[in-house]
Amino acid sequence: MSLTQAVFILLGGMAVLGALGMVTLRNLFHSALAMILALFSIAGIYVLLEAEFLAVVQVLVYVGAIAMLILFGIMLTRDIVGRASAVRNRQWPLALAVSAGLLAVLAVALVRAAWPLATYAPAQGGVADLGLALMGPYALPFEVASVLLLVAMVGALIIAREARE
Amino acid sequence: MVPADFLPILVLIIVAVGMSAIAIALSALLGPHKSTPTKLMPYESGMVPVGDARLRFSIRFFVVAILFILFDVEAIFFYPWAVYFRRLGLFALIQIVVFVGILFVGYFYAWRKGALEWE
Repeated sequence: MSLTQAVFILLGGMAVLGALGMVTLRNLFHSALAMILALFSIAGIYVLLEAEFLAVVQVLVYVGAIAMLILFGIMLTRDIVGRASAVRNRQWPLALAVSAGLLAVLAVALVRAAWPLATYAPAQGGVADLGLALMGPYALPFEVASVLLLVAMVGALIIAREARE
Repeated sequence: MVPADFLPILVLIIVAVGMSAIAIALSALLGPHKSTPTKLMPYESGMVPVGDARLRFSIRFFVVAILFILFDVEAIFFYPWAVYFRRLGLFALIQIVVFVGILFVGYFYAWRKGALEWE
């Protein structure tokens, strides 16, 4: 077993452990911390796939910002920190069906997909290619992304304003 | 950069996790277990804690967090452009200015609505 395989098994195990902890822990705050472990392990898997830029974005945005926002969300909500929450509710059969269906679709797609190897090594973790693509053929989606950020900003401000009043 | 360049980070993570695990395990195994209510109190720099630590936070933190995420994502969009900006030329610069310009609308909206103030 090569070192890469060993590291992959370690990171994959950490990601699965974090994901399991997130759905099974009784304390919502602990669930959020387990989610951070899973997201961080996935950043490590991106490094193994030589997608360093994606790994850095994963740590900066998901671990640094999204996870923090979720922790804030938990702390902003009255009476849920430190209280054991139910792991199951009435919707569990439906959730099981949806999850099993998603797993089946993904498994079929994974088995059937051809996995071609890249014919060239992306420079600087693919950042240069990403820059060329964003400024060239994907210029419009790039600008639309900023409109999306604008909508999110205005929406958050309006919701926070209503919550304060 | 190849994955091997990240090996020191992996070693650091393993050492950090290992050391804290050993420290917690050893103190749990070897330390005396004579707890009194005073010993179990949260440590707040020698002060007697006042009230419950799990109080509800102000919604203003949420606004700050959302604004942080949005400008975080904005900064990440700059990065692929900044790495290559000499080769990307004037058209790319105009694109970035438009991108920032749209976000500035939101920034001024937040400013005018007083979201940046902490009264």
